Amino acid sequence: MTVAADERIAHVGTARRLLIRPELGAVVGLVVVFVFFAAQSPVFRSPAGIANWLDPAATLGIMAVAVALLMIGGEFDLSAGVLTGTSGLILVTLATRFGFNVWLAMLAGLVVALAVGFANGLIVTRTRLPSFIVTLGTFLMLQGVNLGVTKAITGTVQVSGLRRAEGFEGASALLAGTVAVGGTSFRVAILWWILVTAVATWVLVRSKAGNWIFAVGGNEQAARAVGVPAARTKIALFMTTAFAAWLVGSILALRYTSVQANIGIGQEFIYIIAAVIGGCLLTGGYGSAVGAAIGAVIFGMADKGIVFLGWDADWFTFFLGAMLLLATLANRLVRRYAEQVRH
Amino acid sequence: MSAGPLLETRGIGKTFGSVLALREVSMSVAAGQVVCVLGDNGAGKSTLIKILAGVHRHDAGAYLVDGEEVRLTSPRDALDRGIATVYQDLAMIPLMSVWRNFFLGSEPRKGLAFDVARARRVAREELRAMGIDIRDVDQPVGTLSGGERQSVAIARAVYFGARVLILDEPTSALGVKQAGVVLRYLARARDRGLGVVFITHNPHHAYPVGDRFLLLNRGTAVGEYGKDDITAQELTALMAGGAELEELAHELRRE
Ligand SMILES: Nc1ncnc2c1ncn2[C@@H]1O[C@H](COP(=O)(O)OP(=O)(O)O)[C@@H](O)[C@H]1O
Ligand SMILES: [Mg+2]
Repeated sequence: MTVAADERIAHVGTARRLLIRPELGAVVGLVVVFVFFAAQSPVFRSPAGIANWLDPAATLGIMAVAVALLMIGGEFDLSAGVLTGTSGLILVTLATRFGFNVWLAMLAGLVVALAVGFANGLIVTRTRLPSFIVTLGTFLMLQGVNLGVTKAITGTVQVSGLRRAEGFEGASALLAGTVAVGGTSFRVAILWWILVTAVATWVLVRSKAGNWIFAVGGNEQAARAVGVPAARTKIALFMTTAFAAWLVGSILALRYTSVQANIGIGQEFIYIIAAVIGGCLLTGGYGSAVGAAIGAVIFGMADKGIVFLGWDADWFTFFLGAMLLLATLANRLVRRYAEQVRH
Repeated sequence: MSAGPLLETRGIGKTFGSVLALREVSMSVAAGQVVCVLGDNGAGKSTLIKILAGVHRHDAGAYLVDGEEVRLTSPRDALDRGIATVYQDLAMIPLMSVWRNFFLGSEPRKGLAFDVARARRVAREELRAMGIDIRDVDQPVGTLSGGERQSVAIARAVYFGARVLILDEPTSALGVKQAGVVLRYLARARDRGLGVVFITHNPHHAYPVGDRFLLLNRGTAVGEYGKDDITAQELTALMAGGAELEELAHELRRE
């Protein structure tokens, strides 16, 4: 910790600083993956093909962006995947079994989702337990509720028949419809995903709340010491993730008009992986919404690209693991860069 | 504004469970004055300033701001009364840029948005006004040296209208030159009329800037001196427990 060392390190090149943009790794990955599949499959690069792989990217992307905000804020949410199922199940069950209007059923789903997010946030901030454990608990509880309640009401593990419910047409057009662009129809979910990414980016880099999110994830005590309402910020982040889960759950329920009681299980890690590929540090305080959205596109491409190439779909998980490793290694470089100069 | 002290504690105390961290400590600081709080590790220095800063609530004695007794509810409450604190370990967020750190918790608004352009410009201007030479306010705070980081935190407190600046061992992790940089900004804040509470365990850092010296040991005040009452040597001897130091010197002498 000599003065000379301080001064040497302080002169960091601008180029190097640009290199640590959180999205950089994801952008490189995006180009590589696109070129890889596009070069071998003409369908992959056709407008219809693009619409095809942008669709899974969109629903995953909405979640990944919300999860990225939460991770930048220093927390995890393992219940996010199952909560998409819970929201969808509430929507379809209320609309088909209890005569609710679809819009009202969606509102009920939203209220429940936000309540779950609020509870996650409250427990984490009050008890200071790791969110990994707290939301693992919520995850298991919701998984049980999803299956138990669905079985009790329908006697099966799915609810269906949403198409006949009142208000279905309008809600479906808004969340599950398609828009034609130059003769190709794209899922409207893609627009919601772009909107969510844009709003999240604005909040992160252009709002007071964004500054607080980076701060509570970077060093919660330091943030609190300068007056940042850390607990409120974190609770709001958990509720944002819950909101995204509700949106995605509703989109999928309206699209398929039925919901399996076990839907969303295992997705929570995919969201985290997409966020990490997009440059989020697992330790919090760093990342980007655009990066997470790009991470989701890489997933969409690989998911559909593997099918277009006629490969076995099992290769997808191999790809997933490889991407995760590469992204984490890239992240570690960032981390080391930041730590090397602090002492 | 009254000519009395900005901050005052009367027989203040604090326990953590069975640990008596602080007992019967009285001190005060006036505008344009530097009060140094000295003591060995575990003496209760951080506990004292965390009470002053609104992080902890005292459980004995009285805490007065502008002559009125208060019970601060949070660091925000302290900040609103013009009491700003720069902590030894948690001053800044390393992965965030200098300007984001500078305005953290008090972001300027423009409609709904955080006025980013203004934050950048003001941070640059304020740092320059304090004579702090930061190459680029966009660089992450983690890339600054320790002294630069403390200086930015001081400039931030001054900018946000602090009347009292509390510094918890800002120089303890620094080399000689960097510590000098921080002491210079501390003196500049004092010259601007701020009351400064400067915590350190290094009498060589305290003596040149201090007006008053409060010595803590095992949670209690073991002496309070004005600059005229004590020399740097005496202060050092008191700090180290003079006899102990002599013994050590003896022990370490080459045979
Ligand atoms: N939050 C806390 N909980 C329990 N004990 C504490 C806490 N903070 C400080 N202490 C104890 O109080 C004493 C004084 O600590 P501190 O004020 O940090 O000393 P200093 O800053 O002078 O080194 C120490 O014995 C320390 O272990
Ligand atoms: Mg201390």
